[in-house]
Amino acid sequence: MYHYSEFDADFLTARNRQFRDQVARRITGALSEDEFKPLRLMNGLYLQLHAYMLRVAVPYGTLNSAQMDQLAMIAERWDKGYGHFTTRQNIQFNWPKLQDVPDILDALEKVQMHAVQTSGNTVRNVTADPLAGAAADEIEDPRPYAELIRQWSTDHPEFQFMPRKFKIAVSGSPQDRAVTKAHDIGLRVIKRGSEIGFEVFVGGGLGRTPMIGKTLCEFLPKSDLLPYIEAIISVWNLLGRRDNKYKSRIKVTVHEHGLDEIQHRVAERFAEIKPSFGGLDQSLLARVKACFEPPNFKSMNLKSFEATYAKDSSFRSWVDINITTHRNPNYAIAEISLKAHGQTPGDASSSQMRIIAQIARRYGHDELRINHTQNVILPHVHKADLPAVYEALQIANLTTANIGLISDIIACPGMDYCALATARSIPIAQRIALRFKELKLEHDIGPLKLKISGCINGCGHHHVGHIGILGLDRAGVENYQITLGGDEGEAAALGVRAGPGFSTDEIIPAIERLVMAYLQLRKNPQEIFLQTYRRVGLAPFKAALYPAANAPKDTV
Amino acid sequence: MVNWKFSKVITANALHEGDVVYLTKKGTWTSRLQLAHVFRIATEAEKKLYAARLKADQVVDVYLADVRRNDGEITPVHFRENFRQTGPSNYFHGKQNEI
Repeated sequence: MYHYSEFDADFLTARNRQFRDQVARRITGALSEDEFKPLRLMNGLYLQLHAYMLRVAVPYGTLNSAQMDQLAMIAERWDKGYGHFTTRQNIQFNWPKLQDVPDILDALEKVQMHAVQTSGNTVRNVTADPLAGAAADEIEDPRPYAELIRQWSTDHPEFQFMPRKFKIAVSGSPQDRAVTKAHDIGLRVIKRGSEIGFEVFVGGGLGRTPMIGKTLCEFLPKSDLLPYIEAIISVWNLLGRRDNKYKSRIKVTVHEHGLDEIQHRVAERFAEIKPSFGGLDQSLLARVKACFEPPNFKSMNLKSFEATYAKDSSFRSWVDINITTHRNPNYAIAEISLKAHGQTPGDASSSQMRIIAQIARRYGHDELRINHTQNVILPHVHKADLPAVYEALQIANLTTANIGLISDIIACPGMDYCALATARSIPIAQRIALRFKELKLEHDIGPLKLKISGCINGCGHHHVGHIGILGLDRAGVENYQITLGGDEGEAAALGVRAGPGFSTDEIIPAIERLVMAYLQLRKNPQEIFLQTYRRVGLAPFKAALYPAANAPKDTV
Repeated sequence: MVNWKFSKVITANALHEGDVVYLTKKGTWTSRLQLAHVFRIATEAEKKLYAARLKADQVVDVYLADVRRNDGEITPVHFRENFRQTGPSNYFHGKQNEI
């Protein structure tokens, strides 16, 4: 993984010192809240419902064991013993005190981490395929490109006060595991003949005005990446609306001006700025790439793995559900579910983080990834080590075998924490997971992506869930709308609203009726929920959701 | 003049801890809703709100929140304010644990 240069370290030291001084001046009252707020947001510090919240960047979702250990220490020392992993591959601490935040940032600096640009109208943490460098279908590792973009965008003087925040995601595989079409810029590595380049999507995004990204460039040579991104952002930085925050994102700019006009302006700007890069980006990329060499894969006998797989049904279930094919046939990608039934999606306690770090150190070539689905991934585990990994995870209650199933729910913090939320998400996720555990049906149901947001901003990605739930405030009461048919993958699609919302008491039975209808409607057990929905459409699911509305009306 | 429909407390987040606080009759801040002063006159509430917002070294995000009085107990009207005065529903953290 990437290690900070002297320049990176000096920048962070100076930035932390500056913020420590700003916090001190806020506490004495020398800075008003209006003056301090933009400064704290630039350093990832929000004020939420019950306390401050610090959002720490996990660049492209990559961590090593020392970093995970330090996150555990921070959670224990300055928070309430846990952290919350987010859909942007970051981690949030929900209870820091203002005066402790400079010490937390110094502790992060010791393991080359920070909270810079995790808020504000800047380029946010660049996200990537969490299976980067390990996936069997990968064309090229997206992490060096994500790191290049991170370095270029951090503290970029032109892009510190943009119309709104800006999110970039990079995928290196045909299968899109980075939700690229729901980002301001989505980059997907593609192959044209023998040449590798990027397909560039622009104007995707969820939230109040959800849109699927449009192809701005079908094939961008790799060497043009940075000037092309700079061209896109600088065009939007001028055109993007600053008069209305709800119309300020690039998706609205693309919609209002048209894709052709944006393409034309970006091409003009690209031609103008490309020479100014002078090859510096390429020499930097070469240095960065050297940090992402594959680990030294080991050779081991697979007999113990095969024997454990044959005799231990719990282990077998975990392997079948939570393991993904690695590009090295003797290795596995192991996903650790942070979705134990009834627990808060994405939360990990300090002791869980420490056990995950130990496992990564001992069995995982010291690499960890955060998935946007709010789980942790060990990208490189030799299959012979899987029984030992499973045993170690059991100690920390981390062996839930539910990756990709209905209880592997994405849920934003919702009104339990978030100041913007209009309803709670977490208790709904907990109750759905517990209900389907009780029914013992989730393995029969198969792959089903259920995503919950506690407000229209859509941090829980509900628009692209096979089943999406949006929590709203309807006349002072929590109300939950259901959307169906969303897809976050390469065939990205927005879900369609099924009808009127449900109360907190009604929403779990409604989801149950929906899933039972799917089990009746599917052609065979191999046809997943989304395929059935695409085949039969909304009507039969709507009938299941609103049985009273479809019942014959009494005649007088 | 008393408007019987007007029943509000002044609430904010404490600058240092970030936790939810309420303005008392004496003009101090308390973490207990039951010790908050309930304003029944809009002009008085707005005057105190303006004054509270000037106390930049104590609190952040000061605003008026609707409450009811039931048998002497102050209860928030909106569920958001109810979560603010208790804490999150997924852990026994916040006021439900600390007060």
